[in-house]
Amino acid sequence: MAMRKLLLIALKDLRLIFRDRSALILMLAAPFILTIGMGAVTGRFSGRTSSGISEIPVTIVNQDNGQLGNALVEMFTSADLADLVEPVVLSDLDAAKILVDEDKSAAVIFIPEGFSTSIIPDPVTGRISDQIEIEFYSNPVRPTSTGILKTILDQFINQVEIARISGEVTVSQLLENGLINPSQAAAVGAAVGQEMSDVSIARSSITTNNITDSGEAVEFDILSYMAPGMALMFLMFTVAYGGRSLIVENRQSTLPRMLVSPTSSTLILGGKVFGIFLTAVAQLLILIGGTSLLFRLYWGDLLGMIVLVLAAAIGATGWGVLLAAVLKSPGQVATVGSAVMLIFGLLGGGFFDLSNLPKWVQFFSRITPNAWGLDGFSTLALGGTLKNILTPVAVLTGMGIVLFAISALWITRHGLSRK
Amino acid sequence: MPPILEVQNLVKKFGDLTAVKEISFDIKEGEIFSLLGPNGAGKTTTISMLSTLFIPTSGDALVCGHSVTREPMQVKRSIGVVPQEIALYEDLTALENLRFWGQMYGLSGKSLNQRVDEVLELIGLRDKARQRIKTYSGGMKRRVNIGVGLLHQPRLLFMDEPTVGIDPQSRRAILDSVKELNHHGMSVLYTTHYMEEAQELSDRVGIIDHGELIALGTQTELTRQVGETDTLILHIGENEDPQHLADELSKLKGVMKAEPTDHEIALVTSSAEELIAPVVTRADQLGIKVQTIDIREPNLEAVFLHLTGRALRD
Repeated sequence: MAMRKLLLIALKDLRLIFRDRSALILMLAAPFILTIGMGAVTGRFSGRTSSGISEIPVTIVNQDNGQLGNALVEMFTSADLADLVEPVVLSDLDAAKILVDEDKSAAVIFIPEGFSTSIIPDPVTGRISDQIEIEFYSNPVRPTSTGILKTILDQFINQVEIARISGEVTVSQLLENGLINPSQAAAVGAAVGQEMSDVSIARSSITTNNITDSGEAVEFDILSYMAPGMALMFLMFTVAYGGRSLIVENRQSTLPRMLVSPTSSTLILGGKVFGIFLTAVAQLLILIGGTSLLFRLYWGDLLGMIVLVLAAAIGATGWGVLLAAVLKSPGQVATVGSAVMLIFGLLGGGFFDLSNLPKWVQFFSRITPNAWGLDGFSTLALGGTLKNILTPVAVLTGMGIVLFAISALWITRHGLSRK
Repeated sequence: MPPILEVQNLVKKFGDLTAVKEISFDIKEGEIFSLLGPNGAGKTTTISMLSTLFIPTSGDALVCGHSVTREPMQVKRSIGVVPQEIALYEDLTALENLRFWGQMYGLSGKSLNQRVDEVLELIGLRDKARQRIKTYSGGMKRRVNIGVGLLHQPRLLFMDEPTVGIDPQSRRAILDSVKELNHHGMSVLYTTHYMEEAQELSDRVGIIDHGELIALGTQTELTRQVGETDTLILHIGENEDPQHLADELSKLKGVMKAEPTDHEIALVTSSAEELIAPVVTRADQLGIKVQTIDIREPNLEAVFLHLTGRALRD
């Protein structure tokens, strides 16, 4: 009986919000329109590229001229990346930096001398030189382009690292099994490392395509970043609206009427919270379904997406209930809710790539469900599955539980029907 | 038979303000009991405590034998509440509202459908049941508001000023439906500041003012408190000063109390007919034209005036 009443209250709220035209405009139409706008800005709908971003100008300064430095240059100049990047190879670092300063290049990738020998051991001595790192100079006015270039570079470095570790492991196994003697170790290690590196880079998925666990090729789509950003921003509107309904119900006397029915206040509060959660889930699923159909947007692994939608709705609902608990009038909730929606939208990475923003912004972004949700949706869109998004799912769920506990304590202290 | 409601020294304080001061009364099974008093007298606060919405500061009340402080859930199951405000969802239809509230009171399936149907018939809105509440007139909303309180067929119905702000026709329909419900055995606690409603409906009346129950009994018992007095109502012009005339008339022999309101003066007297001539003469001397004079037999208005020195509408 208790669960039936909880569901009854929640479904009633869901029905009411879907009969409110102005709420529907903000819940569903606004994120669609903004997503279309962002897609248009990035060229997603112009048909020029599959990703919406093309021919990113990048300057490579290769002073290494070793195997790895050359491999990195080859990768950026390969046919796979021809549509995405427009590389220029220079030998003068200062001249390259000027191109970035003049906004003629999105970034400079500087491969210092000795980079290859700092990773691949000398075949004779088995030694490696001191650690030398590739330097990346980003153009602050092109955050999305630099983010993509940085991702490509990071993947290259990861594969080199994999190859180096593989070489070490192979040599130690060969030594342990007596298949080689210690004097051959350096040469064998260098050969294996180089081969692994070559194979790894040759097989690189550093293109705009990612390979999912199922082996399906997934196209990187700029809308896969924009659409969740907008959906999550307007999710905050939905939960604030839902929280506001708790106060509105008190004002229109339906909450006191519920309280004099044979229903406990805990159950009523639970029903209201569940109603906010259901509305949030419905909003996200409609937006995901709509963008999939209209924009042919790929949201990634279905199971992962559903779990992430539930977790994002829990996290956001926590904020909505907190607003309703702390604030005193529907007007206050509407005003503060709108402000929270915009601040969380900005802070959560809905408009900018957070990796290009200062560390303190990145730190504060972590209080928003937007940032965690966007992490999860981006991971799924790039081919991740449920196991890759466990952290955002756990954080969002925990966030919702903690915020709801704080709200429940607050409401218990002040009374459900106090406003 | 034990009373269906037994109120024992009920007190409610909000900070320094005492809204209800140690009131005690009871309601017998099948009785209509009215709490009559002006706005702000403590009627709604009393109903809120009796319906378990407010926790009493002290005292208790037994509803169908259950304490409002110790057994609130049993109390809630026994009562129906019709609040003063329209406590309905404007974006839901009447049918959806009734179904929602019916389920909140534990109805389901066939019994829910049957009760919703019966209540729609009772409130006369079967034809418009699928219209949203926001399209209804004030009177229609009031009828649905009452219907919600009747869905689970409570033994005791609390009605808090159910006729406020509606047209005379809807008011008549509501008063008739209260009598009809009572005729079928439902006990009713009815609060109002309209003396006529209390007089028409009630078996017994409690008069409440400033949180205190100042009189309690049947209408006959209450009017007996006023004694063998009549009330003379003088209607004067809009530009006249009722206070000045009341002050002057209070000095006349036989006038027990003179109470001015907007364009009227109420004179409490033991001999109304004998007082008419001197009253008209004195008003004439003061240059005030008396337009009409009514003589009222003792009623609840007079009782309130007698007990508080103020008219009920003040």
